[in-house]
Amino acid sequence: MNNDTYSQNQPLAVEASGLVKVFGKQHAVDGVDLAIPQGTVYGFLGPNGAGKTTTIKMLATLLRPDEGQARVMGHDLLKEPDAVRNRVSLTGQFASIDEDLSGIENLILIARLMGYSWRTSKKRASELLDAFGLLDAAKRQVKKYSGGMRRRIDIAASMVVRPDLLFLDEPTTGLDPRSRNQIWDIVRALVGTGTTVLLTTQYLDEADQLADRIAVIDHGKIIAEGTSGELKASVGSGVLHVRLLDPAMRAEAQKLLIEVLDTPVHLSSDPAALSAQLSETNRAAQALNALDAKHIKVSEFSLGQPSLDEVFLTLTGKPADNTDKKEGVRE
Amino acid sequence: MSTENAQTKQDKMKSALVEQSRPARPNGLITSLTFAWRALLKIKYVPEQLLDVTFFPVMFTLMFTYLFGGALAGSTNEYLQFLLPGILVQTVVFTTVYTGVALNTDISQGTFDRFRSLPIWSPSPLVGALIADAFRYTIASIIVIILGLVLGFRPSGGIIGIVLGIVLILIFAFSLSWIFTVIGLLLQTPKSVMGISMTLLFPFTFASNIFVDPATMPSWLRAFVNANPVSILTTAVRGLMRGRASVGEMGLVLLSSAILIIIFAPITMYLYRNKR
Repeated sequence: MNNDTYSQNQPLAVEASGLVKVFGKQHAVDGVDLAIPQGTVYGFLGPNGAGKTTTIKMLATLLRPDEGQARVMGHDLLKEPDAVRNRVSLTGQFASIDEDLSGIENLILIARLMGYSWRTSKKRASELLDAFGLLDAAKRQVKKYSGGMRRRIDIAASMVVRPDLLFLDEPTTGLDPRSRNQIWDIVRALVGTGTTVLLTTQYLDEADQLADRIAVIDHGKIIAEGTSGELKASVGSGVLHVRLLDPAMRAEAQKLLIEVLDTPVHLSSDPAALSAQLSETNRAAQALNALDAKHIKVSEFSLGQPSLDEVFLTLTGKPADNTDKKEGVRE
Repeated sequence: MSTENAQTKQDKMKSALVEQSRPARPNGLITSLTFAWRALLKIKYVPEQLLDVTFFPVMFTLMFTYLFGGALAGSTNEYLQFLLPGILVQTVVFTTVYTGVALNTDISQGTFDRFRSLPIWSPSPLVGALIADAFRYTIASIIVIILGLVLGFRPSGGIIGIVLGIVLILIFAFSLSWIFTVIGLLLQTPKSVMGISMTLLFPFTFASNIFVDPATMPSWLRAFVNANPVSILTTAVRGLMRGRASVGEMGLVLLSSAILIIIFAPITMYLYRNKR
């Protein structure tokens, strides 16, 4: 891990070493070290079952680590769990609010539990609903909210008393692009007020957009860590996707591209498509020119950021196991 | 969206996030009552959940009184005097299952994780739910009593006997609920919690002295029925309502309640804190 970029005396929101959580025989988290500076956004990037949620649950005092230790906002996770709970808030992967109640009732509930009077609770709830664009839906049951509204009320509930550290577990999974942008704006606003955010995501572009540093997690281990620039540098600056007019030409196209680009060229499941990681984006033009010179007709092409799969392919040499099972790792 | 509009939105967000003073940490009573408030709010949205505390006891009372009463006790009126305290016990005992079901629903929705990560007295979500349940039990009891009085139930213990009987039932129900919180924490779905809990409860409510005097039962069954905490409670409630309560009978109920809490409350709290 590369922690050289941090100054030695920058206070840390999370400081963990050797965290392990075993479920049965599965090492869901298998020796995770973390050093997350306060006031930053830290991204956990990984497929389902990589150990992201389990790590967050341990740091939020919901699960006891089997091994290792951690300090969260300066408090020992194991010895002072109450002090940790006082400084953090958790927004779960699934809406962690009461779907049977209305939006305002949910926020009043949390405000009361945090110690506000009835009157202040109501005021605080309305204020948050307004800020999160939910005032019109205040009296509607949360189960009738759209996916994006649900995530917003969930984050709003975490902000009743602004925590020093907010855990956001896959805040945008399953959301449409517009709702996703709203959540991103909220996260940026949060960090602007001094809250440290630890978010998990399956999307590289989300981590890229939001996170100051990213840890790539696979099978309970951090397999890469750094700024998004550092990560992208290690996996190539972009990926060229090409779709041929004639699938029969694919083998020839692959050979040609390997020659021109000097990088592995992957065949996609689409029989006419192939993709290659580029070291520099302007190589794309050379590649297309070379195909054109050999009269291999291209029906579509795109130059994109590496996807999570491609990051994993580069870092681990195999695609991410993105199965839908719960957190936990197969052996 | 105009930029001006976006600007006010940002300002609102900023002020909502920044301008606040952190309140003092509330005590366990306030947080428990807040959770009770939450549970009662749900009745507003899902009024059907009151069905089990209204419709079922009414149905049971009517069915047993008129269907079996004459055959079991000679006359329906005589049987009602015997049955009503027992039906009250049965109604409330069955309702305790919902404590486990509600807890399990919170776990599967994720609400549970948020509550557990709050800096509050950790049993308060459970205690709050139990307080709200006590309210439901009281409604159920009042309905059964009113129905009984209409049908001809005339307890010689008077209003004091009735109230004391209900209080004793509430104490027992509160203690019994801890079994269902354990089941609610152990099983995967609210449906399975319901199924297992009902399977457990059936023998205890029917193999009891709620419906008939165990005197005519075979001796092995009679031994079970007499040791059954549901029978012990029913006997004590009958005594109170007749105005002939014995300290020993009530003592046994309080003892079995205490045993239930001593065993199942710590297990519940252990599972609650260590739930995956």
